[in-house]
Amino acid sequence: MTAIDLGLPALGGLDDVPTTEEPGKAKDYKSDQEVRWCPGCGDYIVLNTVQSFLPSLGLKRENIVFVSGIGCSSRFPYYMNTYGMHSIHGRAPAIATGLATSRPDLSVWVVTGDGDALSIGGNHLIHTLRRNVNLTILLFNNRIYGLTKGQYSPTSDQGMVTKSTPMGSVDTPFNPISLALGAEATFVGRALDSDKKGLSEVLGAAAAHRGSALVEIYQNCPIFNDGAFDVLKDSDEAASRLIPLRTGEPVTFGPEGEHAVVRSGFGGLKVAATSEVSTADIVTHDPTIDDPAYAFALSRLDDQTLTHTPTGIFRQVQRPTYDDAAREQVSKARHNKPADLQAVLTGNDTWTVS
Amino acid sequence: MTTDESTALRASRSTEVTRLERVVVRFAGDSGDGMQLTGDRFTSEAAAFGNDLATLPNFPAEIRAPQGTLPGVSSFQLHFADYDILTPGDRPDVLVAMNPAALKSNIGDVPRGGTVIVNTDEFTSRNLTKVGYESDPLADDSLEPYTVHHVAMSTLTKGALEETGLGKKDAERAKNMFALGLLSWMYHRPTEGTERFLREKFAGKPVLAEANVLAFRAGWNYGETTESFATTYEVAPASLPSGTYRQITGNLALAYGILAAGQQSELPVMFGSYPITPASDVLHEISKHKNFNVTTFQAEDEIASIGAALGASYGGALGVTSTSGPGVALKSETVGFGVMTELPLIVIDVQRGGPSTGLPTKTEQADLLQAMHGRNGESPVPIVAPQSPGDCFDAALEAARIALVYRTPVFLLSDGAIANGSEPWLVPDVETLPDLRVKFATEPNATDGSGEFWPYVRDTETLAREWALPGTPDLQHRIGGLEKQDGAGNISYDPDNHERMVRLRQAKIDGITVPEATVDDPTGDASVLALGWGSTYGPIGAACRRVRAAGLPIAQVHLRHLNPLPANLGEILAAYDRVILPEMNLGQLAQLLRARYLVDIISHTKVAGLPFKAEELADTFTDVITSSNGKEGHL
Repeated sequence: MTAIDLGLPALGGLDDVPTTEEPGKAKDYKSDQEVRWCPGCGDYIVLNTVQSFLPSLGLKRENIVFVSGIGCSSRFPYYMNTYGMHSIHGRAPAIATGLATSRPDLSVWVVTGDGDALSIGGNHLIHTLRRNVNLTILLFNNRIYGLTKGQYSPTSDQGMVTKSTPMGSVDTPFNPISLALGAEATFVGRALDSDKKGLSEVLGAAAAHRGSALVEIYQNCPIFNDGAFDVLKDSDEAASRLIPLRTGEPVTFGPEGEHAVVRSGFGGLKVAATSEVSTADIVTHDPTIDDPAYAFALSRLDDQTLTHTPTGIFRQVQRPTYDDAAREQVSKARHNKPADLQAVLTGNDTWTVS
Repeated sequence: MTTDESTALRASRSTEVTRLERVVVRFAGDSGDGMQLTGDRFTSEAAAFGNDLATLPNFPAEIRAPQGTLPGVSSFQLHFADYDILTPGDRPDVLVAMNPAALKSNIGDVPRGGTVIVNTDEFTSRNLTKVGYESDPLADDSLEPYTVHHVAMSTLTKGALEETGLGKKDAERAKNMFALGLLSWMYHRPTEGTERFLREKFAGKPVLAEANVLAFRAGWNYGETTESFATTYEVAPASLPSGTYRQITGNLALAYGILAAGQQSELPVMFGSYPITPASDVLHEISKHKNFNVTTFQAEDEIASIGAALGASYGGALGVTSTSGPGVALKSETVGFGVMTELPLIVIDVQRGGPSTGLPTKTEQADLLQAMHGRNGESPVPIVAPQSPGDCFDAALEAARIALVYRTPVFLLSDGAIANGSEPWLVPDVETLPDLRVKFATEPNATDGSGEFWPYVRDTETLAREWALPGTPDLQHRIGGLEKQDGAGNISYDPDNHERMVRLRQAKIDGITVPEATVDDPTGDASVLALGWGSTYGPIGAACRRVRAAGLPIAQVHLRHLNPLPANLGEILAAYDRVILPEMNLGQLAQLLRARYLVDIISHTKVAGLPFKAEELADTFTDVITSSNGKEGHL
């Protein structure tokens, strides 16, 4: 698995992380802890995919760290035989920012859910993306609170009846991709829990990205929101709903490619019948476009109903990262001026008592 | 003007010179009048002259409260002396009032017979009405108890700057330097430093530099040439322990202490912070010294700032966060997480008046119980409190020692009084600073022979767990906020294990080695003990001196470690008939000590946003001593 070659200055997300000739196998990434998600939980598939995928990075296992918040998905680090921290609700991006900034030799992964990242931790998520800290965020979106047993989340459908909304939720949900783009994210992708290949591809590009990479994973909660994404997995329905984003290719989908994405109105996009538009009107996917309006328009094709759901890489642009810049300042300061503690303590304005 | 020149000038006139042991001067004006700068400069002059000194800045939380109003008054008090002093002084001997609001809000503190210097230009009927003066206090007899000097500072300053080409408004702004010049003349202060300072401060604007220097000299010359000031005063240099001194504020000393901790531990420092009064200066200072391998992170909020610090600690840095009380409230969950994950972390709390937003620019010691108990569950955290501005340096190193040796968050409780207050500081020799280097885990340590790394295996002496850094081969492990299995560190909900872990975490903190408390009892026969912690050291110490000077014995103990307490404290408390404990809260330490030692401590409290006065404490101590002489029972 390799990252897409963008022909851009080659500073990769893992460039400072030590590699090994023997990256091991999936089983080397399994910890000795019993996995305790509910039977049928989408988290199992994601865990397996990540464990199978990681050896492909060729990194020393001890240089990989998973940091999570609170929620079902946040148990993830316990099951990974890497370094890991199961932190506090919503704060994983902040904790990971400190770790990634002080340790460029680590591959830092944040595992979070829709409640953890978008509700209690919304502030840290947007600011981490804005700063473009070199880390990868896996956002498990099951559109429900699982660990607290079934309350609506910031991505739940309006009107959804849950334990805390017996008359239906009146909240407007977040579109996590739109939110991330609004927060100046440099890498935004999406995959389904069940799509091992698609998820692995997005993970590979996310890991190779220098900066914050947000990967939204549609994940099924079999207990409190079962089947939320079934229409995207149904063999009859999926092909006409999923819009696979492939760099350099026209955005068409459907069993026979009969649907296409074309420009519409004020920089927006819409779905049209391929037969009714000219080839020139069909957009060719390019996640490296600097203006986030294109990726945003892609994200708006999905209106929560999963009628049209783009998957793959929405945006992938280069921007200096917070941690590189912060380390650069420290290294420049150290280079320019030796740390002379005695001189600082003494200062310029002293007097002597004899 | 050089000192020589000024001496020559002075010799030409027959001004009476009075020698004083100590003087308290207060500059008061509108918050736009530059009183803090004026006070700072006068302090530097006193320091350069070799006086001992202590300062008390006092300013509103608003950057610019409405001009000329009582809430907009900003003041700076300086106590300087020819001997070692402990406080910024109770009452100003000299009040410089730049406007009616400054006079009205400060005159009550001036003792009868004190000197008041007013800027008469601001005493217009409009300004008088604004602060509720029905008649002009400069014209009626309300200031009769004081020696009042009427000086048209604005007019005189504008006159002195006529040649500079500055507009009248800009020229008038230099009137604070006029006041400084006048006071510098009155107290025979060296002036070179101030002139150099002004030229450097306004290096980019030579016209302003010249204008301020001119205003400063005009103030000096006004004192020298007019007949209105019959007396000048000399306060000789103090005889302090020998060495090199500088002036330092508590926040600066805290910042230096953190830099020193990074150097002495040979660890990178991750300083996560969010701006908050009165702690922001620590962030400002540290961010200037990135060459000390320090990263400063101004986070999106208090929570992220401590989170990043703790995340960096996990990676092997010295994580530090700084804030004030409201920020501590937000950081509490992460402090608890640090307790659970047993990682080093320094939490600096520069306390201010509370609750809630409270009094941002005023001092208080009311976060002690928050630091002690403000978390869910049994969550013990060591607490260290500096006793003076300079002591903030040593306290920061001590907090770092505890954090690193015991792998725990540590609270460092400073407060607004010592954060902004300054004093002469005997510059430490870096060779004498403690060695704070730590050993990271390098190999598997499982006690079951499995060859695994167990994150919660403890050092038998300190009970600290091993610090295993990501990147170390074969030590991959997971930590988190869920209860840990003793040793192996896996998640455990086992009742007996939780019981054991709660007690282990407590035992680790209880077992931290801290120096014994020392008793200051010069006569050795005191039956009353004055106990304190943190910034009250100055006023309590000064009060004890007064009491002793009056012939009454009193002992003093001042606590730097609030958790754990010194091992000999119980014994000390039991040795005195009466223990009096002044605190700038409603008796928080008293409550802890009563519960712990069953000693009936007399709690003396004040929450006025200002430090105790030595005078009021001396009176209180005297009352306690005299009422306990020959009496059984309680007060």
